[in-house]
Order: sequence, then structure tokens, then C-alpha cells
Amino acid sequence: MNMLQLLKKLSLIDFIKGFIVTLKAFFRRKVTVQYPEVKTPLSPRFRGKLALMRYDNGEERCIACKLCSAVCPAQAITIESEERADGSRRTVKFEIDAFKCIYCGFCEEACPVDSIVETNIFEYHMTENHQRIQTKEMLLATGDQHKDQTIKNKKKDSRYR
Amino acid sequence: MKEFLSSLLSSLDPQWMSLIWSLFQIAIVTACLILTVIFLVFFERKVIGYMHSRVGPNRVGPMGTLQSIADTIKLLLKEVIIPAKADKFFFLLSPILLLVPALAAWAVIPFSPEFIIADINAGLLYLLALTSFGVYGVILGGWASNSKYAFLGSMRAAAQMVAYEIAMGFALVGVLMASGSLKLGEIVAAQSGGVLSWFWVPLFPLFIVYFISGIAETNRHPFDLAEGEAEIVAGFHVEYSGIGFAIFFLAEYINMALISVLTSILFLGGWESFFAGLTFLEDSILAFVVEPSIFWLLIKALFFLFVFVWLRASFPRYRYDQLMSLGWKVLIPITIVWIGVECVMYVMQVGPWSVA
Ligand code: SF4
Ligand code: SF4
Repeated sequence: MNMLQLLKKLSLIDFIKGFIVTLKAFFRRKVTVQYPEVKTPLSPRFRGKLALMRYDNGEERCIACKLCSAVCPAQAITIESEERADGSRRTVKFEIDAFKCIYCGFCEEACPVDSIVETNIFEYHMTENHQRIQTKEMLLATGDQHKDQTIKNKKKDSRYR
Repeated sequence: MKEFLSSLLSSLDPQWMSLIWSLFQIAIVTACLILTVIFLVFFERKVIGYMHSRVGPNRVGPMGTLQSIADTIKLLLKEVIIPAKADKFFFLLSPILLLVPALAAWAVIPFSPEFIIADINAGLLYLLALTSFGVYGVILGGWASNSKYAFLGSMRAAAQMVAYEIAMGFALVGVLMASGSLKLGEIVAAQSGGVLSWFWVPLFPLFIVYFISGIAETNRHPFDLAEGEAEIVAGFHVEYSGIGFAIFFLAEYINMALISVLTSILFLGGWESFFAGLTFLEDSILAFVVEPSIFWLLIKALFFLFVFVWLRASFPRYRYDQLMSLGWKVLIPITIVWIGVECVMYVMQVGPWSVA
């Protein structure tokens, strides 16, 4: 070690530099978002909780084609179908395992009748393990509840599809 | 009631009076210290948060000020777990062994010209003894836990304390030479007369060395190898939970405050005002800012506490061999050299010796 290096070490110049870095950060504007009170804006493309949609006359859109369950990479969708009295094919069981779903949105893209959609709801929880299975009723209810918002978002995003 | 109390007090003999008075002072200082620790924990988290460009705790109470009280209550309510193979007696004793010297050291701290619990002659020696006593708590705690991580942590703490104790002692020798007294009150008095007559000017290297070894003594960043989360989980207190852990924490923060106050007393003129010696102020309405008072001591100590936290936010932990070589090969030689320089200054009659 030569004299210059020694002097540099003894002057603690590196420490002072480090101190200045943190001191600058101390006075910097903080960008933390205070989450429950303040929320960041969501993109219309945001993929959240899944839902099943209905036609305007109240009939469910799903025709039990099972494309969504076929395309689902996580195999989260379970569908069983039956013929109705009027000869149309409808699901009797439509379940999504919320723990398996990775919110990829493939099901939504695969669906020929725009039945399964992803809303932009991301604040939901469950307290019991069995509640992770979203039944058909639950999915339809989500769809009814967030219909307007979801349609609006899909319209906004349709340009880029 | 009041008359009854005062007549009771005056009927006591003076020895009892002084005992009660001392106990009262001790209670006040201890209570203030615990409040200081509660404040410090919050202060540390907030400052580190700000230095990380975060906002820090802000949920409990206004601006998060009650956060550390919530933490304390949580810790006190937690179960105390004693490992099955631990040495129960020493396991429970060691937090107390750490806390007692940390508190006892405050007995000789002169907070202001009037307020000092015990103005003993060998104040500096007493402090040196007590601050090095704390390591027994750490070693015993690590050993009694019967866990290899805790044991490694306490071994590191022991080696570190030995290395830095020497540098600290030498730095104190420098102060002793400059002030000519072991009494803390007289050390402060020897520094009277403005910022430039404080000991940090003639003893600048010792001032830096003292603060660095103080950080090492309290096992704080960047010298907290005894805790070293990355290698040995949490070091010597890895087996402690609930109130035992809380006491370790308490002792650490009290020691931090002690080192800050000591550095202010020994090198920055303790209760002396920043503006002392500025004669034009003495005649104006601002005369009160040149008065020595406890607030100056608190301001100085707060600055050093900020540096403690600042260091923690800025630098990574030392590697073990770096720590040792810093202690033995850098700090101790510097102190020895500077004591030699001091001798020369004494002979040449410069610095604090020019008046004598
Ligand atoms: S979003 Fe992806 S993972 Fe989830 S159900 Fe649809 S296809 Fe499966
Ligand atoms: S949701 Fe769409 S893709 Fe899935 S079964 Fe129904 S119609 Fe087919």
C-alpha cells in the first residue's frame, strides 16, 4: 500500500461518500403508495378475478364447448355438461380452482361466446380451503355484479386485440 | 397531606434523605431511558425507512409514533421459550447481566452542571469497567442457549469486545491527559469556552476512534457480527423470545444512547452550548443560547444516535477478519500515535495545555 492509498483510507473519504448517498435518499420524495387509502390506476387489460357473463336476456353465455378448460395451462377449470329440455347444451358444473389459476387469460381468449372473462377485481380473499373452488353460481354472480365495469374495460382494450 | 409529607421528610435523618433523593433520581433516569429506547426504535425505523426511500412505520398512532409501544406489548405478551437443553439459570440471568451494567453506567453521567446521580472521582474508570462488563451477558447468553449459532455469536462478540476495548481505553487515556481528571463533570468543565476548545479539535483522531469502537462495543452495524443474520441467524440471542429478547434489545439501545452521550461529553463539551464564547450574544436577548444546559447535551447525543442509524442504513457488515484487522492494525496504532502527539503538544504547550 502506498502513501496515497493510506491517506485516502485514513481520511474516511469512502465513508463520507456513502453517507452522502444515504443522506440524499433521506430527503428524496417518497413514492410509497399508501395502499388501502390510495390506489394505483389499473390498466383495462388487468387480469383479475374470473367471472361468467350472461346475455342481456339473462341466459348464460357458456355453451359448454370446453375450449377454456382445454386451453387452461393450469388445468384449473372443470366442466360437466348436459342437454337441456330445449335441446341446447349447457354446463351443469363449472368450477375454477382459484389456487390453480395463474390469471393468464387464455380461457378468455379461447371462449367463442365471450362467456368467461377476467374482471379487474384483485381484492378478494377466502378463509377456508374449500372456498378456493369457484362454483358456477359464484362465477355468474361475479359476472352480474361487475358487468358494466368489465364490458367497459373490454371495449377499451378491444382496439389492441 | 402535603404538610404531613414534608414534616415526614424533614423528620428523617439526612442519610435517609439522601438515599430517598438518590432513588428518586435513579427512577427518573431509568424511566427516561426506557422512554428514550421506545423513541429510538421508532426513530431508527423511520430514519432507515427514509434513507431507503420508504416512509417507515406510519400506521399505529399519529405518524406511526406508537409503533414501538405496540411492538413492546407484542413482545411482552409472547411466550418465553427456554430450550430443553439450555442452562436455565444462566439463560435467564444473561439478559439481566446485560441490562444492569447498561443502566448502571448512567449513574456517573453528568446531564447538566447540577444533575448527576453519583459524582464519583473515578467516573471514567467506572464507565470503562461497566461498558466492558456487558459482554458477559452476551457470552453467557450464547453459551447457556446450547445452540451452536448462539455460541458462535457470543464468541465473536467476545473477540470483538477485547479488540475494541483497547482502542476505546486508549482514546479515553487521551481525554484523560487533556482534561487531567477522571471526573466526568471536570472533563466537561475543562472544555468550556466555545466550540473550538472542545476536545474534538486537539483529539480529533481519538474522537473518531472512540466513536467507532463505541459502535463496535454496542454490537451495532457495521460491527454486528455477533448477530450476523446472514451466517448465524441472530447470533447470541437466537434462542431468546418474548421478554428475554426485549431485554437484550433494551440493553442494546440503552448502550447506544450511552455511547452517544459519552462521545458528546468527552469530545463535544457535554452540556456546553454551541455558541459559548461568542461574547456579542451574551449581551443581546439571545443570551440564553450561550447558557450551558442539558438541551445541548441532548442535541449532541441525538446527532450521534442519528449517525448510528445512518451507518446502519449506509454500509454493509464487516467481514470477520476485516473487523479484527481494523481493530488491531488501524484503531489501536492510531490511538497510540496520537497519544504520542499529545505528549508533544503538552511539551510545546499547545491546544488545551496552552493555558495551564
Ligand atoms: S386465466 Fe389461465 S389459468 Fe386461469 S382459468 Fe383461465 S386459462 Fe386457466
Ligand atoms: S366458458 Fe366459453 S370456452 Fe369455456 S366452455 Fe363456456 S363457452 Fe366454452
